[in-house]
Amino acid sequence: MFENLTEKFEKAFKVLKGQGQISEINVAETLKEVRRALLDADVNFKTAKDFTNTVKEKALGRDVLTAVSPGQLMTKICHEELVELMGGNEAQINFQGNPGVILMSGLQGSGKTTFSGKLANYLKNKKGKNPLLVACDVYRPAAIDQLHVLGEQLGVAVFSNKEEKNPVAIAEAAIKHAKSNGHNVVIVDTAGRLAVDEQMMEEIAKVKAAIRPTETLFVVDAMTGQDAVNTAKAFNDRIDFDGVVLTKLDGDTRGGAALSIKAIVDKPIKFVGTGEKMDALDVFYPKRMADRILGMGDVVSLVERAQEQYDEQEARKLQKKIQKNQFDFNDFLAQLQQIKKMGNVKDLMGMIPGMSKAMKGVEIEDDAFKHVEAIIQSMTPLERENPDVINGSRKKRIANGSGRDIQEVNKLIKQFGETKKMMKLMSNKKNMMNMMRQMKGSGMPGF
Amino acid sequence: MGLFGLFSKDKKQKLDEGLSKTKETFLSKLARTVVGKSKVDADVLDELEEVLISSDVGVATTIKIIDRIEARVAKEKYINADELQTILRDEIASLLEENNTSDAQFELPVHPEGQPHVIMVVGVNGVGKTTTIGKLANQFKQMNKSVILGAADTFRAAAVDQLIIWSERVGVPIIQQGMNADPASVAFDTLQAAKSRGADVAIIDTAGRLHNKVNLMNELGKIKRVMDKVIPGAPHEILLVLDGSTGQNAFEQAKQFSLATDINALAITKLDGTAKGGVVIGISDQMKIPVKYIGVGEGINDLQAFHKKAFVNSLFGE
Repeated sequence: MFENLTEKFEKAFKVLKGQGQISEINVAETLKEVRRALLDADVNFKTAKDFTNTVKEKALGRDVLTAVSPGQLMTKICHEELVELMGGNEAQINFQGNPGVILMSGLQGSGKTTFSGKLANYLKNKKGKNPLLVACDVYRPAAIDQLHVLGEQLGVAVFSNKEEKNPVAIAEAAIKHAKSNGHNVVIVDTAGRLAVDEQMMEEIAKVKAAIRPTETLFVVDAMTGQDAVNTAKAFNDRIDFDGVVLTKLDGDTRGGAALSIKAIVDKPIKFVGTGEKMDALDVFYPKRMADRILGMGDVVSLVERAQEQYDEQEARKLQKKIQKNQFDFNDFLAQLQQIKKMGNVKDLMGMIPGMSKAMKGVEIEDDAFKHVEAIIQSMTPLERENPDVINGSRKKRIANGSGRDIQEVNKLIKQFGETKKMMKLMSNKKNMMNMMRQMKGSGMPGF
Repeated sequence: MGLFGLFSKDKKQKLDEGLSKTKETFLSKLARTVVGKSKVDADVLDELEEVLISSDVGVATTIKIIDRIEARVAKEKYINADELQTILRDEIASLLEENNTSDAQFELPVHPEGQPHVIMVVGVNGVGKTTTIGKLANQFKQMNKSVILGAADTFRAAAVDQLIIWSERVGVPIIQQGMNADPASVAFDTLQAAKSRGADVAIIDTAGRLHNKVNLMNELGKIKRVMDKVIPGAPHEILLVLDGSTGQNAFEQAKQFSLATDINALAITKLDGTAKGGVVIGISDQMKIPVKYIGVGEGINDLQAFHKKAFVNSLFGE
């Protein structure tokens, strides 16, 4: 549905990949790409601008400590913003009343008549209603016939009057007809009209005033360009609709119109049309749509899971432990297990404070920790907390218990010692500067 | 001969009217960009970018136009902000000229053995195919040509009825087999009728289809092959109808329809709405297929052959 926008987003976020922190400079380039992607997706110019500004503010405010990678964090922020922009929770339509009256409005060719049929079908089959379709498009050739054909297909009654040229009169007569014939929902299909056509806009305002609908829907083609906001605004100013229907979403359109309309008129998108069959109607789920736009559900949930497990508090605790040189095999093992659970080892190493720099350039295989785990699990609690007590005989026992060589046990203990030392150094900026200076002084190549 | 050699005065008036909404927003935005500015600087160019993008010109073409103006500003140094409108007009005009397609006219090419000219009309749902066919038939009828319509949109409810009403309104015959008939069979019948009756032009309506539906796109190929059997080389013209209010997806539609069948002409409809003219600029720039017709109103005569200069002039109010 929104695959194209996803691709663009992915490309945009590539710019951020491999950057250490979200800064004003590296975020600017990405946001430019994001904005362009949104514009290419027909998101309104102003909406796109506002969107990227909000994302920027939120991104710069984020504590890097909890970040997986800046790119992934940006994805999550964009996702949150998209959901927010598209209306948080899904909205229902109001068809209560005696009868409930639903009025359709929109431009020519947006799909009002087809959607009227789909809605009648939905109310009849899913909500147990007895709907009446009303043909108020007295202009387009064969529009009334079209509604009759649909009604016949669906087994839904259709009210029309080919002699009457005034939509207000037809709509009023239809409601009387519905009352006396036991129809509890009336769906009024109207002619397509341009927002700039004063006479036609006046007409639909009159229809609305006469029948006082419980729900007025604005039907819009998902492929609409920048003009979507002007049209939506003009219709909203005139008839103050309750919700939006987004049609033809089964195409490959990026559907940016959905974002802009919601942002500009602040009315919820209630339904989406996803095919030519009469049951191709879906309730609009903002979160689902944002997921589709980003197409990065995995990344988003990865970030969420990572944040659950590495909340700031825990990260600070660990940081303190490292600084006090209390980092032990239990912490080491816990880290390894978290990493394994979450999959992508290399990405996740970056979440462990100090680890990303310490591990830089180290190639990690996916099952690289299997043996390491076995060795640590063969240690006693005392040994894990106080690695210094591990002497020769303990090493032998550990090697036997884990089924590894004693050399491997030695190697791990040595590596652990080095990692610990390195982490402590890295966690302290002053130490790091000293280290750099020492390295420089010692005439090491490359410094 | 003036710019409007083939462009009668009332047609120009209709084009101006149809585009008036576009022009207003386009020009008023443009005017706003230069308020209080003495020369064209980065801010002005930024604003200009916004104006173009909000008019649906599209990102690629917008960048192209901005780059050109930037280059020109750099070269000519002292360009006054007031001159921006003229420069923009020139650049858009020359961009359209580079496309190398000649201005369109309502005319019917002559085919061997006096065989009818065949036009197949395709596009996504709701772009205005049937209405365009009605208007097109009207134009040919007024040129004293004999027209025959084929109702091969047998899918959408009452599409056949809609075309029948148009055929009555214009006063031209129609070949139809009712709803749910095989569209290729309707096309076949229409061409045979056109051939035996010695018609000048046959126009075939097809069902709206989204360009990412493979089966429906393949169906177009079948309809086309069947026509070729009746009149070799038919359809001579495959007209893709695009909705002028469609955004960037219009390019994707043109691309996908071109892959499925040999589109060789475009019609852009509904240009009488708000701020929609921009898409014509983007499409003319990005597409090799010429824009042949534009729809500028709801009246039966509101379909025009596309003239680049007239369009740009009308857009800039000259």
